Amino acid sequence: MEEKKDKFLAPENEVRQVSAPDGSIIEVDPLKDYFSQEKPEPYKVGSGPVENFLNWARAESLWVLGFGTGCGSIEIPPLVTPRFDMYRFGVQMRATPRQSNVFIISGYLAIKTLKRAIRAYEQMPSPKYIVALGSCTINGGMYYDSYNTINRLDQYLPVDAYIAGCMPRPEALLAGFAELKKLIKAGKGHKANEYVENLEWYKTNQKKIIKDWNMPDYNW
Amino acid sequence: MQKGINNLIEKFGASDLVERRSGLSFITVDQTKAVAAITHLKDIDGYTVLSFITAADWIEDGKMQLTYMLNNPAEVAEIAIRVMLERKKEAGESMETIHHLWPNAKKWQQELKEMYGVDFPTSPGVNDSFILEGWDDMPPNRRDFDTKQYAEDTFFPRGGRVTHDPATYMREQLDPKDPQYYTKKKKKDINS
Amino acid sequence: MNEDRSLYPEHDENGKPIIDLESHKFLKLWQGPQHPGITGNMSLELTVSGDEIVESKTHVGYLHRGFEKLLERRLFVQCMPTSIRLCVAEPDPNEYIVSTAVEELGGIEIPDNAKWLRMLSLEMARLQVLLRGVPGQAGTFALGLGYQWGNYLRDLILDSFEELTGGRVYHMYIIPGGVRGNLPEGFKGRMLEKLKLIDEFVVKIDKLIFQNVVFESRAKGLGHIPKEWVDKYGVYGPAARASGVMRDVRKTNPYLNYDQLDFEPHVTTEGDVYARSVVRYNDLQMTVDMIRQILDKMPDGGDIRAQTPNVLHWKIPKGETYVKCESSRGEYGMYFVTDGSDKPRRAHLKGPSYTHANALLDKLLINANIADTAAIMVSLATCPPEIER
Repeated sequence: MEEKKDKFLAPENEVRQVSAPDGSIIEVDPLKDYFSQEKPEPYKVGSGPVENFLNWARAESLWVLGFGTGCGSIEIPPLVTPRFDMYRFGVQMRATPRQSNVFIISGYLAIKTLKRAIRAYEQMPSPKYIVALGSCTINGGMYYDSYNTINRLDQYLPVDAYIAGCMPRPEALLAGFAELKKLIKAGKGHKANEYVENLEWYKTNQKKIIKDWNMPDYNW
Repeated sequence: MQKGINNLIEKFGASDLVERRSGLSFITVDQTKAVAAITHLKDIDGYTVLSFITAADWIEDGKMQLTYMLNNPAEVAEIAIRVMLERKKEAGESMETIHHLWPNAKKWQQELKEMYGVDFPTSPGVNDSFILEGWDDMPPNRRDFDTKQYAEDTFFPRGGRVTHDPATYMREQLDPKDPQYYTKKKKKDINS
Repeated sequence: MNEDRSLYPEHDENGKPIIDLESHKFLKLWQGPQHPGITGNMSLELTVSGDEIVESKTHVGYLHRGFEKLLERRLFVQCMPTSIRLCVAEPDPNEYIVSTAVEELGGIEIPDNAKWLRMLSLEMARLQVLLRGVPGQAGTFALGLGYQWGNYLRDLILDSFEELTGGRVYHMYIIPGGVRGNLPEGFKGRMLEKLKLIDEFVVKIDKLIFQNVVFESRAKGLGHIPKEWVDKYGVYGPAARASGVMRDVRKTNPYLNYDQLDFEPHVTTEGDVYARSVVRYNDLQMTVDMIRQILDKMPDGGDIRAQTPNVLHWKIPKGETYVKCESSRGEYGMYFVTDGSDKPRRAHLKGPSYTHANALLDKLLINANIADTAAIMVSLATCPPEIER
């Protein structure tokens, strides 16, 4: 990675000199020294009854990251409250990416949010799934001609299930979760591996629109 | 309401008064006198609330219009001060700041700088990015920025967004060999 | 915190706190965009000392879709489905301001029945927001039960919307020239039944939240907005009324038929989070009462649409206007410019969140506790999509 002057590099990510606790001055490159440079590896997909059992367990405990990326997040509160209550399907909201395995992309993604969504997605432990909500993630929907929202989500992140509509009803979301469960139980829910295997392609697409990258290549 | 407008016309040479409805007037003030007029309205005539600052791009007239909406809660009246700036081709129009009158004006000015390229020198943080991040094209709300073209070039449009003229499309679908058949038939019917 | 902390840390001559991050006395903490204690997709860049905030900066733009640019590319009728998505939680004021701006510049007078139906849909929208917002305030202090009840009742109102308009969240009911449909058969009766349930809820909420010791001791004195800030910083709606300034467009600039209704918005002078939640709680009761009045006073049937030109070739002469209405958060307006073509020249949305979430929130959070940021933010009812549009 040859270092060329990036005009969007944030001041806190510039190579600088800091004083160590023992008083010596050392030079740090924050993006290299403060973050892991390790590339991700695909996880092992087994077979037979053990794998079936694991798939069943994964499907029955979908923990959703509480990140409302777009207007679809308005239908999440009805889902966690008594009327629709998704907890009875083993679906629940979690506050941090480290504890969750489902990422609901709720609607359109502005470029600024896409950067955060990629970061949150990469921080989630595998196996992980993406449910894309609304027509905006499929082809841009209402905002097909907007300069700041992406048109197709599957060019930037691997999508397991789409839920169409603007906005999708809570019932549609529940149906989407049921569909996702079927996929996982059938052993087809390994899109996270696909992401890792095609990392170069995804990163090229992502970096094409996120000019202000300012984070390591893969966010552990 | 009337007093404020009279003052504007007498003291600041305002022109082009449009009274949209009772309690809402639009008036044009010269660029050099605008901040003085706004200060006068705020301090003396009771227009104490700044509703918003925004811009409109009149590319064909070579003008960039700034609109300052001032609200007088006591008299229930609103005056919109229009300021016509000379539009520059490559952005970079300049206007005096009013953040000393209302602290939140700096945010609108920051937005105008980002979205329209209108500069407000000495307004705090006016060059910081506010809404866009890592943007290196022209300010997107300017009239000559083509958002559809930009979206098609930048993102990956999914196929299927083709529009047809319904009449010709139906004709081609109904009879691909002779697309003009139905047109001819119609003419013949009329002639006979 | 009883001692005066306003001078800590030391400030330079411009009034900015002197913060040296390398000294390890301060810490930079990001709240959001992925955070449970944030209203929607925005983020706060907090500089903290211990658990006390010394500096705060709001970052928005995570939901920017370029609405104002997109509207310049749409026909007037095509503006409707796009513009209602400006603010997600309460879409009806968006429909109202855009269609009223188009009507005003196009010179269209709408029938009386349509005015009543518009009021009904606007008030129902306010009701569904408040049903979530009032208990949501207690939710920021980890009192989540009211939120569960409120969401259930909100769903009932959304069902009524479905009955009236066909849409659950986005209704597209108010269109240029009038509204899209009349009241369905038996709507009034079913609505009144639901309002009875909400009456019970209102009583329970009072016991659950406003007589709760924890809520009282945490909310009182928190996030105080002095009366002088209302004009200076641009405070609107319930937040201004909690600081003792009457700001309600329905009362000061009556639009539609609001002058025929009997209502008195609640005004208190404390200006803290508790006062703001009391004002919104009173708004909730007032809205229920107003829906009853509207259902009582509105005519049975009648014209719902005025004659408009063919919407596909509708050209509006050059002009500009500013239309506003009262949303649940405060004054909500649209500055609309036409240039004689079939598309708007400029449409600028002015929402109360813009001033609330930017300059005001930065100011209010100073010397607050990290745990209280969510409460202060929710009490201002910030809605990020209307800030960046």
